[in-house]
Amino acid sequence: MKSAIDWPPRLVLPLLLLAGLLAMNFTTWLTLSVAGVAMGMMLFLMASGLTLIFGLMDVITFAHGAFVSLGAYVATDVVARMPELAASGSWPASLSVLAAAIAVAIVVTGLAGWVFEVVIIRRVYGSHLRQILITVGGLIVAQELLVAVWGANPIPVAKPLALQGSVEILGAAIEIYRLVAVGLGLAVYGGLYLILARTRLGLMVRAGVENIEMVESLGFRVKRLFVGVFIAGCALAGVGGALWGIYQGLVTPAIGPEMMILVFIILIMGGMGSVGGAFIAAILVGLVTNYTGFLLPKLALGSNILLMVGILLWRPRGLFPLVKS
Amino acid sequence: MDDALLNLAGVVTNIGAYHILHGVDLTVRRGRVTMLLGRNGAGKTTTLRSIMGLWKPRAGSVRFDGAEIAGSETPDIARRGIAYVPETMGIFSQLTVAENMRLAATTSRFDEARLEDVFRFFPILKTKWHDRAGLMSGGQKQMLAVARAIVEERRLMIIDEPTKGLAPSVIDDLIACILEQKARGTTILLVEQNFHMARSVGDDVAVMDNGRVIHAGSMADLAGDESLQTRLLGLSLDSHQ
Repeated sequence: MKSAIDWPPRLVLPLLLLAGLLAMNFTTWLTLSVAGVAMGMMLFLMASGLTLIFGLMDVITFAHGAFVSLGAYVATDVVARMPELAASGSWPASLSVLAAAIAVAIVVTGLAGWVFEVVIIRRVYGSHLRQILITVGGLIVAQELLVAVWGANPIPVAKPLALQGSVEILGAAIEIYRLVAVGLGLAVYGGLYLILARTRLGLMVRAGVENIEMVESLGFRVKRLFVGVFIAGCALAGVGGALWGIYQGLVTPAIGPEMMILVFIILIMGGMGSVGGAFIAAILVGLVTNYTGFLLPKLALGSNILLMVGILLWRPRGLFPLVKS
Repeated sequence: MDDALLNLAGVVTNIGAYHILHGVDLTVRRGRVTMLLGRNGAGKTTTLRSIMGLWKPRAGSVRFDGAEIAGSETPDIARRGIAYVPETMGIFSQLTVAENMRLAATTSRFDEARLEDVFRFFPILKTKWHDRAGLMSGGQKQMLAVARAIVEERRLMIIDEPTKGLAPSVIDDLIACILEQKARGTTILLVEQNFHMARSVGDDVAVMDNGRVIHAGSMADLAGDESLQTRLLGLSLDSHQ
């Protein structure tokens, strides 16, 4: 496809990696970079659904964090029910435990997302204020439901045995679980890219992001598409929650909502509604968190806010803004 | 078989607190080009959007081939074989020309002969097939908008001011395209301010003012009666090319 490529936003990530390399020795840089990319991938999984929901449906939901928490709890339960496989230490066994946790999280959060769309979201299309008010309420209710089912105490969860520990790559110790997270994040991004770029369904979604009325005038039932995208968005949050919960090792009802500040920073920096933008912005957030944590620890807490401010001063609509008509 | 493919009776449409259509009666006959004329703000675009279900009529009836479609959802109306080209063209600017066309076709595979016909009218679309539609000029986007409507056989084409802001050569291409669709028997409802085009392609005419159809008849009668033109449109067609 011939198009005018907008290079400057594409250079931010390589420049950040290069700046990090110049500021520290190679092994430290490699360790921090892999950790940053892994965190970025888990954040991307949480953000990708939200950006799709906003881009296509023009819906802002603050309840997304609840689906991340739900995914984490479900994964905890699944891992706890497979103790022998989780403790066996073989790669196939450990990966199958992780795959089962993610698969069940997808099903449960997808179903919960469907109920949430039917009961709440469907009533507030077209009104951002009502969306914000009702989804904040929905988040509170959902968190209380999580407490009612799983209790208020943190639930510990161990990584499947083969995914614990680290491997040495080019002299740097890299956590195995982080490599798995990077692989899974890349696979999800690749899958989303293929669906959006190569299928008729993806064509409808991309067209719908620009002009819903015209898509309907061509005979497509966009409302059905909305439900599907909302379910997919919640399922992606569930995958992110499952991975993040197992990575953290301790799951609380707030595990999802705590991540939402970073997720919204990613959405805003990437360009609201842009999946590719969310992918780049998520990696930026992961890297900046790790680099500043090492180089300027006092700045670590606010580093991503500063990054967002800088990017918005440069590009007020984010790195890869969507065009709506 | 009823001569009328589309029939509007007493259609009332409000947009928020504003009453735009006050009881539109309009008949579009099969195989003919019906021009919908009128001053700016007369309610022409609202009439087209009401037919497509993009704004739901509050009262009245919209019958397509005998079936009531007022109150139906837009995709269901479109699936009856109605193509709509809005005034804003509705091009998906981030998609390629090919992807825009693919969305307009019912299946993912094009009717190759039909596609060659489209390229015959608008050869520039073949050249720019893999380009992003947003990078094209206004005239090229309008060609793409009409091309999407003719990529498959339609029972009715509804086109809103296709010549707005276009160069004369592009307008001639559009006229040739619409005349060929008419020759193939496609029924067309066309809103147009360009009277050269209106006279070139129109069989029937309906003139709107203040949310109502105030005149319906043949295009030839209107074109030949200067006093009627002045009374209905506030100007003479001969003096307005």
